[in-house]
Amino acid sequence: MTALAVSNLCKSFGGLRVTSDINLDVAPGERRLIIGPNGAGKTTLFNLITGEITPDSGSVALFGRDITRTPSRKRSHLGMARTYQIITLFAHDTIERNVMLALLGLSPLRWNPLLPLDRQRHLVEQAHVALNRVGLGHIAARPLAQTSYGERRRVEIAMALAQNPKLLLLDEPFAGLSIDERQDVRKLLAAIPRDVTIVMIEHDMDTALDLADRITLLHFGEVIVEGTRAEVVADPRTREVYLGE
Amino acid sequence: MSSPAASPVTSQSAGGVVARRAAIAIAVLALIAVPYAVQQVYYVNIASQILLYAVFALGLDVLVGYAGLVSLGHAGLFGVAGYVVAYLLAAGHGHAFAILAGLAAGLVGTAGFAALALRATGISFIMITLALGEIIWGLAYRWISITGGDNGISVSTRPAPFGLSLDSPRTFYVATLIVFLLAVVSVRIFVRSPFGAALCGTRDQPRRMNALGYHVWMIRFWAFMFSGLLTSVAGILFVYYTEFISPQALALTASAEGLLMVISGGAGTLLGPVVGAALVVIVKNVVSAYITRWNFMLGAIFVAIVVFMPEGLVPGAVRLTRLAWRSASRQKGATKSAAASAARPQS
Repeated sequence: MTALAVSNLCKSFGGLRVTSDINLDVAPGERRLIIGPNGAGKTTLFNLITGEITPDSGSVALFGRDITRTPSRKRSHLGMARTYQIITLFAHDTIERNVMLALLGLSPLRWNPLLPLDRQRHLVEQAHVALNRVGLGHIAARPLAQTSYGERRRVEIAMALAQNPKLLLLDEPFAGLSIDERQDVRKLLAAIPRDVTIVMIEHDMDTALDLADRITLLHFGEVIVEGTRAEVVADPRTREVYLGE
Repeated sequence: MSSPAASPVTSQSAGGVVARRAAIAIAVLALIAVPYAVQQVYYVNIASQILLYAVFALGLDVLVGYAGLVSLGHAGLFGVAGYVVAYLLAAGHGHAFAILAGLAAGLVGTAGFAALALRATGISFIMITLALGEIIWGLAYRWISITGGDNGISVSTRPAPFGLSLDSPRTFYVATLIVFLLAVVSVRIFVRSPFGAALCGTRDQPRRMNALGYHVWMIRFWAFMFSGLLTSVAGILFVYYTEFISPQALALTASAEGLLMVISGGAGTLLGPVVGAALVVIVKNVVSAYITRWNFMLGAIFVAIVVFMPEGLVPGAVRLTRLAWRSASRQKGATKSAAASAARPQS
């Protein structure tokens, strides 16, 4: 069984085909890197997988279950979590509260209008566990407005990890980070256990490459090359797309 | 009482908690003392009016402040509940039945508003609520066989819960105060709950909330229902207070005044709408006795608030107090170090 199976997926915005007949099979526990130049349709592919936009044709299956027509909010309940390329956090809240919202999203408690949220010890504790995993436990009570960009990237990841996903979609987790911060995030991602399948979009090949088992190269909405790390790096089409030779 | 919309996790010192509780106790005692301390019945009535509009503003604040959805049609919901109560009382039904029917009608109206308006957010949401409010106003104005048109409906009696007649302004004030306190407590509990946190989340990052597994539409719908419940309660209090309802009570200006209360006091706070309601009611009733163009006065005050405290009176006052406190303690520190450096050469 595959963790994520994308079959013949197509999406056009007006006359522009941003996703053209894409097939993708990601095995359970695999680390898949998706690369491609700007406008290759990487983030659109993520949005199709998470259901934020609906495909024109084709299907998406999560661990053998067809989710093409499943609303995106339900996909997180099925074990799918994502981070955003453009940081999408709750700016008025503390770091801890951000992660608690991620936890609450999968809890039936989210409909409760009577209990005080701050007193839900198990949620607070789980939030701290997730924050410790990304090394932010010591500043959990800090308002998000007072955090650095690198810390916010890690809050993004903590929120996704807090949901205990089976499939984790990371959209450019290294974007905008300094060299040191990249190494921190890289270590953090490398430490995620293999029962989580990871699909990652990344421009920074140097940092991302050794995390990946297999690589898919997208160009103009199509899969150009797919294979192991060595295969894709050695492939002349990769050089052509990336270096324009 | 004025917790900012979205940072309840911030740890407070024990002293702060005590001071806060003391302030709340004093405020509640002061509110209870009003009918005994104030001699003139006129001012007791003004106080009742402030409290009933505060309930209205709190209801609107749930939507405007916490859900981030600005409604310009809430006077319509206020009116639906009010008209149903007035109509049933005029038709000879009892108070309990009329009140329950009024609440039910208010909630049905709210569900209709929500179902139509929640198709959109932002400007479109405002325009849909505006249009719906105007439809209700049009019905009140034109459906003369039911509403009496411009003449409105008069109500001759007030209820007497537990044998206590609310006919006197003082007893009516006490009843309004009880309803008002219940409304404040319910909004406070609501805002601090997981659902309240989810609601603020849908205001700040709806897309993220959806991806995190929340049903954004449904969260907004139930928040709208809660808002409509409080608005209906205020509408019923209004009918009993004035013992009369006419289309004027649900005109666009009434919706706009409600919004003015929320925004001038501070949207997304608990105390803000209450302060805003007091401001608008006082300007409308008290200042209008001295100045004919009180609307101009209200407008000028609102402009001043927007210029100097764009976040509203309550959060603005908190900000300015902190600023003053900080600069005062800095000055104190500066004089201390100056004194120390002055003392040093002598030693």
